[in-house]
Parts: sequence; C-alpha cells; structure tokens
Amino acid sequence: MLAQAIFYALAALTVGSAMLVAFSRNIVYSTFALLGAFMGVVGIYILLAADFVAMVQLLVYVGGILVLTIFAVMLTAGIADVTVSNRAVGTGPAIVTVGIAGLVMLYAIARTPWHQASAVTPAPTTYAIGNAFLGDYVLPFEVASLVLLAALIGAIVISRHEARE
Amino acid sequence: MGGGITLNHFLVLSLIVLSLGLFTVLTRRNAIGILMGVELILNSANINYLAFAFYGGGKYDGQIFAIFVIMLAAAEAVIGLAVVLAIYQNFKTIDVDATETLRG
Amino acid sequence: MDHPIPVTFIRLIILLPLIGATINFLAGAWLQKTFGKQAITLIGCGVVILAFILAARAFFEMLHQPPENRFMLDDLWKWFDVGGLNLDIAFWLDPLSMIMTLIITGVGGLIHIYSTGYMHDDDGYWRFFGWLNLFTFAMLVLVLGDNMWLMFVGWEGVGLCSFALIGFWYKVQANSTAGNKAFIVNRVGDLAFVIALYSLFAGLQAAGHPTLVTREVAHYAPLLATVPINFAGYQSAHQLVGFVTLLMFIGATGKSAQIPLYVWLPDAMAGPTPVSALIHAATMVTAGVYMVARLNFLFSMSPFTMGVIAVVGGLTALFAATIGIAQNDIKKVLAYSTVSQLGYMFAALGVGAYAAGVFHLMTHAFFKACLFLGSGSVIHAMGGEQDMRKMGGLRHKMPITFWTFVAATFALCGIFPFAGFFSKDEIIWQAFSHGHFVVWAFLLLGAGCTVFYMSRQVYMTFFGEFRGTHEQEHHLHESPPSMSYVLIVLGLLSVVGGWLKWPEFMVSFKPFEEFLDPIFSSEATRQVTEAGIHSHGMEAGFAIVTVIVVVAGWYFADLIYRQKTLDPARFSEMFGGVPYEWVYNKYYVDEFYDRAVVQPYLFATRALAWFDTNIIDGFVNLAARIIVFLSWLSGLFDHYVVDWLVNFASNVTYNVGGRLRRLQTGSINGYLYGILAAVMLILLARAVARA
Repeated sequence: MLAQAIFYALAALTVGSAMLVAFSRNIVYSTFALLGAFMGVVGIYILLAADFVAMVQLLVYVGGILVLTIFAVMLTAGIADVTVSNRAVGTGPAIVTVGIAGLVMLYAIARTPWHQASAVTPAPTTYAIGNAFLGDYVLPFEVASLVLLAALIGAIVISRHEARE
Repeated sequence: MGGGITLNHFLVLSLIVLSLGLFTVLTRRNAIGILMGVELILNSANINYLAFAFYGGGKYDGQIFAIFVIMLAAAEAVIGLAVVLAIYQNFKTIDVDATETLRG
Repeated sequence: MDHPIPVTFIRLIILLPLIGATINFLAGAWLQKTFGKQAITLIGCGVVILAFILAARAFFEMLHQPPENRFMLDDLWKWFDVGGLNLDIAFWLDPLSMIMTLIITGVGGLIHIYSTGYMHDDDGYWRFFGWLNLFTFAMLVLVLGDNMWLMFVGWEGVGLCSFALIGFWYKVQANSTAGNKAFIVNRVGDLAFVIALYSLFAGLQAAGHPTLVTREVAHYAPLLATVPINFAGYQSAHQLVGFVTLLMFIGATGKSAQIPLYVWLPDAMAGPTPVSALIHAATMVTAGVYMVARLNFLFSMSPFTMGVIAVVGGLTALFAATIGIAQNDIKKVLAYSTVSQLGYMFAALGVGAYAAGVFHLMTHAFFKACLFLGSGSVIHAMGGEQDMRKMGGLRHKMPITFWTFVAATFALCGIFPFAGFFSKDEIIWQAFSHGHFVVWAFLLLGAGCTVFYMSRQVYMTFFGEFRGTHEQEHHLHESPPSMSYVLIVLGLLSVVGGWLKWPEFMVSFKPFEEFLDPIFSSEATRQVTEAGIHSHGMEAGFAIVTVIVVVAGWYFADLIYRQKTLDPARFSEMFGGVPYEWVYNKYYVDEFYDRAVVQPYLFATRALAWFDTNIIDGFVNLAARIIVFLSWLSGLFDHYVVDWLVNFASNVTYNVGGRLRRLQTGSINGYLYGILAAVMLILLARAVARA
C-alpha cells in the first residue's frame, strides 16, 4: 500500500516535471522542471533498489549536468529578458509521431510475457558495482573514462577557439 | 516490492517520460530545450534498465549499464552545451531555426 | 693510251677559272665597290692567263714525249660507282684536248683582256667576269673530262653560262628572251645526247664492258659493231652504234648550231660582243665538233650517221651563208657566218676528214674571234650602233680595227696564205675526194656566198661615206689598247695560224695533223680517213676552182658595194622580190618553229594547266570537301552523342545532387525527425527479423 502510494507520488512528480519541461514556454521554467524530473527519477531508482545509481544520478545529473544547463541558459538568454522564448513548433506532427511510437511501445509492453523473478530483497549495491567495474567491466570502464577525457578536451577546444575570436 | 507494483508499471512510466522527452526534442526550438529532452530520454532509458535489473533477479548488470549511461550523458551534455555556447557566440541566438547556414 | 702519265697540275688549269668565278660571284660586287674594277680585272683575267701558262707548259711537256705516249691523266677522286658504272672525276690530256685547252685559255684569255676595255663602263663588270670565268671552267671540264658523263657536265655548264651571258643585260626583255631561246633549243639537243649516253652504256654493258670512260670506250668500241638496238626486249635490225651516234649528232646540232637547231645563235647576238666572240665563235659552239672528233671511233663505225653529218653540215654551210648575204646588223652577218663555218667543220668530220675539221675549228677560232672583236670595236666607236647601213668610211678613223678586220676576212674567205685557206679549202677538197659530190657543191657555193657577204660587210662598214648621224661621226675613235692590242694578236694569228698544215700538193708540212694522229688511230677511223682520192693533181685543180669561185664572189660584191656600179635593189627586186624576202627573213624558219612547235607546246601546256586546275585540283578539293564533311559529321556525333552523354552524366549528378541537397535543410528539427525515423526503422527491422 505504501509502496504503491510512494510509487505513484514519485511517478506523478517525474511525469509532471517532464510535462513542464516539454510544454513550458519559459526556458528557465523548463530547466527547473528538469530538476524536479531528476529528483523524481532518483526516488524511482531508490524504489528499484539501485542506491548507488541513485546517488550517482543525483551527483552527476543534478549537481553536474543540471547546473551546467542552468549556466548555459543563463549565459545564452538575454539578461534583461528572463522570459526567454522557448517556443514549440510543429507540435502536430510531433504528437502524431510520438503518439504512434508510444502506442506501439505500449503494445509491446503489454503483450510481451516478461519473465519476472521473485521479489528481491534490496541490498546495498555499491560494493558489488565497484567490484564489477574493476573486474568484469574494467574495459568499458576505462573506455568511458577516455570518453570523458575526450569530452573534456573537446569542450575546452570548442569554447577556447570561440572565445579567442 | 509489494503493493502490486509490477514491472509493467515502471515500463509504462519510462514510456511516458520517453514520449515526453521525444516530444520535447521534436518540437522545441531552443537548443538547450532539445538537450533537455535528450536528458529525459536518457533518464527513461535508465529507469528501464534498472527496472529490468530489479525484476530480472537482482543482478547488477543493468545498474552498471545505467551508470555508464549517466556518464555518457554527462559527457554529451558537456559537449552539447559547449557547442550551444559557441553557436550563441556566432549567431547571437540559440534558436535552431536560425542556424540554417548549411542549408543545401 | 693504256699507260697515261699521271700528273697533278691539270686540275689547276681547271680550278683556276673556277676560283676566279667563285671570287667574282661571291665578293665581286664588294671588290668592285672597294677597289674598283682593277681588282676584278686582276682576278678575272689573271686566272685565265695563269691557266694558259699552265696549259702551255703541259703542251711543251707533251711535245717532249714520243707520239704514242702523249697522254696525261689527272685522277682526282671517285665520283660514283653505281650499277656497273664506275666513274672518277679525272682529267685526260691528249693531243686533241690539248689543242682545245690552248684555244680556250689562249683565245679566251685574249677575249678576257678585250672585255676589260669593252665592258669598262658597265656596272655589272664583276658579274660579267664571274660568268666568263665560270664558262671557261665549264668548257675546260667539257674538253678535259676523261669520261663522257663529265663531258656532259661541262656541256650543260657551258649551256648555262651561255644563257646567263646572252641575257647579261637582262633589264632589256629581248635579251633574256634570247637567252631563254638559246637554253631551250640547246635542251632539245641535250635530251638526244643523254639518251645516246644511256644507250651507249647499255650496249657496252650488253657487250660485257660497262664503262663511259672515253679511252675505254675507244678500246671496246669494235665490240659494238654487232650489237643491235635492244629496247625492252624488242630487237631492231639496226645497229646500236648508228642510233647512238645519230642522237649524239643531234645533240651536237643543238650545241653547235646546225640545222635544225641553229635558230638560237643569231638571237644570241643580244649578248655583249666579247661573249659572242668567245662563246658563239671560238669555244662553246665548237663543243659539238670536239665531241664528234673525240668519239671518232664510234662515228666511223656508222656510215649512215657520217653521211647525215656530212649532208647536214654542207647544207647548213650553204643555207646560213645565203641568209648572211641579206643581213644589215654587223653581228648578225657574223653569226650566220659562224653557223656556216660550223657547217664546214661538220662536213669535214662527216666525210672523214677529222683532222681538217679540227684544224678549221682552230683557225676559225682565231679569225672569227678577231672579226667579232673588231665588230665590237666598231660598235663601241659608233656608240652602240650595229646597223651597217649607218656606217661607212670607218677605215680612216679606226685603222687598227680596219686592218685586223681585213686580215681576218681574208682568212675567213680562204685566201692564200691566210689561215682559212689551209683549213677551208682542205675541207672542200676532202668532200670531193671522199665522194660526197653534193656536199662538195654546197661547200663550194657556200664559199662563194661567204666571200660575198664578208666583202659586203667590209665595204659597207669601212669604205665609202659615213652614213650615220653627226653625233656618231664626232664620237668615232679607235679603241683603247686593251681592245686594239688583242685585235692585233688575233689578226696575226689569222695570218699565220694556218701554216701548221699545208696541203699535200704544195709542201709536205703538216705538224698539226701529225700531232693529232694518235687520236684518229682506231681501226674504223683509219678506214674512213684513208679512203678517198689521193691525187695531188686533182687537189691542186680543185683548189684553183675554189679560188675562182672566191674571186668571183669578191668581184660581185666589189661591183655592188664599192664601185657602186650595180644597184643592190635590182637584185632584191629580182623575181618579184620573193627570194630576197625569204633570204632577208631567214627563210621564216623561226616563224615555222613557232607555229609548228612552240604554239602547240604552249597549247598543250595550257590544256594541262586547265586539267590540273579543274580536274586534279577538283579531285583534291573534292577530297578536302569530303573530309570536311566527314569531320562535320564527326563533329555532330561529338556534339550530340558524346556531349549528350557527358552532359547527361553531369545533369544526372546535378539533379540528384540538387535533390539530395534538400536533405540538408539546416534544420535541426528535421534532422532529429530523421534520426527518430531511422531508429524506428531499425527497430522495426529487427522485430520483423526476429518474428
């Protein structure tokens, strides 16, 4: 009972924030709604016994990406004009497309006999994930770190060249 | 987890978020708005992974993959926003309809 | 003859005039402008005089040899060795060529000296001496060449120089036309000569001894006695020798102005008088006589050709003499006289009196050159006038010219003891002696005409009253020493030149004939020469007959032109004036040739030109048009097909590119839709694949 309530609450938060992100006319509203969506997702993660992932989500997404996004929004918006236009164009085709895609996927979800195991007791996952990263998944781990390095350098390069001009 | 929350609940949730994210991507004219939509899509994918990880027997592969996704999302956001800033400096706007100079 | 003495100085005799010609042609204008005409005189005359000295030295060397050993050979280098014909550039000095060389360099040298005075005022002085030297060179090659082909080279060379010298004053159209006439008429003879050479060589080759070296041909000539004419497998019944010698004689009629190819010689008087003296009296025209004498071993083998030569010679002698009677130009009279005297030489050769013919060649060179130069002196004094009707009484004003002219006239008329008597009367007797009575009659009558026209000339020019204009009369003067001294020398030679060969019935002194004996020593020639009557009494009788004819001729002329008791008009109007018209107009031979040969030839030329322009050029133009048409077609193909393909390819690319270009909308939104669509498709494909 409680689980259901929590779940629906979190879901409502997430979906509501997402809808704000999608439909808001103000980019700043969208940005902060995104924050709400992330928070909701964190909760979902915890519900799914992914404590480490949830924390990572919180740190990286909220603390990193969202902050970055806010920076970008603030830097690119006219300072005097906070209500930046965030218009939406072509909603018709988008609704159709999304609708079709959604319906198809819904159909897939509903009709597929998902194999569900018995309920799992939530346990701390940090230790296991850490082991896995340096054990079975060491290669993707290293590659991912390379990707991050490349992204870092790339960002510096891009922003530096433009700044020099 | 009790309370009758099945896998399907999470899948539907993720589907809704995905649709919203997709809708954002397709309709927004603000570049950052589009990136936000992409974040939503990635998050929905993460929810999917974790749901399958939880309801698939408690294995951690899904979670590990979700961490990778988060990492890559971070990298992509960094680059994307750097590019957006660069575009802003060149075009003085981040309306994607304005960046048509490569129009064939 | 088989073991000639090898020498090396003969080439100098020939080279010296060539060097003179080269210098005069290449540097003459500059030399004349810088140093004056003396420089040209020095070079032009010097080389010939030096050549004469060398020739004289050769002559004395030759006299030291015993008669059977008087042969010198100067072999320079191998000319060519082709198809069995192996010839060297080599020069052969034997008694005959020795005499000719002495005449060419000696009389030629005197005429060179005379020219220094005669051509003194002419700007083309250097050009004149250049051509004179070149002529001397060519003539020497002709007489000294050891093979017939080299002789022909000289033959052609003198023809060229004659052409150039006749038309020396080329700015007057008539002069260059005369030069053309000389060259073209010569060419007809040359064609016959060349065919003869080829046939001779072919015959000798068939007999096993292919050669054109004269002494070798002499050696092998008897082998040709039985060789028939063989043309492309067709064998004629006639002898090859007759054919060859006949054609050679035709060549000689061209070069030596006999019937029918004499017509160029009177026109050649358009050239300066020294040219007339040297080329058309003393040397070039005698080339034909030399050639027949040189090849006597061939000619003696063909009685038919000998007969033809005798008749043609005799006829020409009379024919030309009759024309000379009516001419008024002082040089034309002498020209026809030359043709006539050449006829005497050929008549001599034709009847078999080779030595007499060559002897007359030599004496004729002396007195005819003297006569021409004397007439040149007269023309010079008359300021260029050549019409005898405007002259008269010149003997008081020009004594040297007068006396030398008279001496030469006596020589020409054959009056004892002048040179012509010994040569000409000899020929007349030989004609009768060898049985050619008709020829004898011609020659006798010709002698009478000769005396007549020469006396006429002397009387009209030097006696009586002057009939010219007053300015001409004031201008009359004797010629400068360069001219008159030469006249004196030649006049003396006209007197004494004949004393080298006395008739048998007078005294037996004939070193000339003995000198030439080795030349005429072939079997066939001996048979011809020794035939005939050898009666001293008859010879003396016939000499007296000749003298009577000569005196009659002179008396007739004296009556008309000195004593003026007979009116020449009476004779020109005799028989309605027709004979006079005919004689005065040279029997209309030139007009006949024009109608019969020249006009048809020109017509053929025009017809062929028309053919070439319209038909051949038509074909060529047609071919060109076809090619243009084909290239136009190809151009069409290229334009429409090939270009179409190329353009098509580029258009396709362009259009497709244009269409594909639209994908690049620049709209990020569109791209996102694209990505979405692609993802959907992939998923769909996977799902379908799995199902």
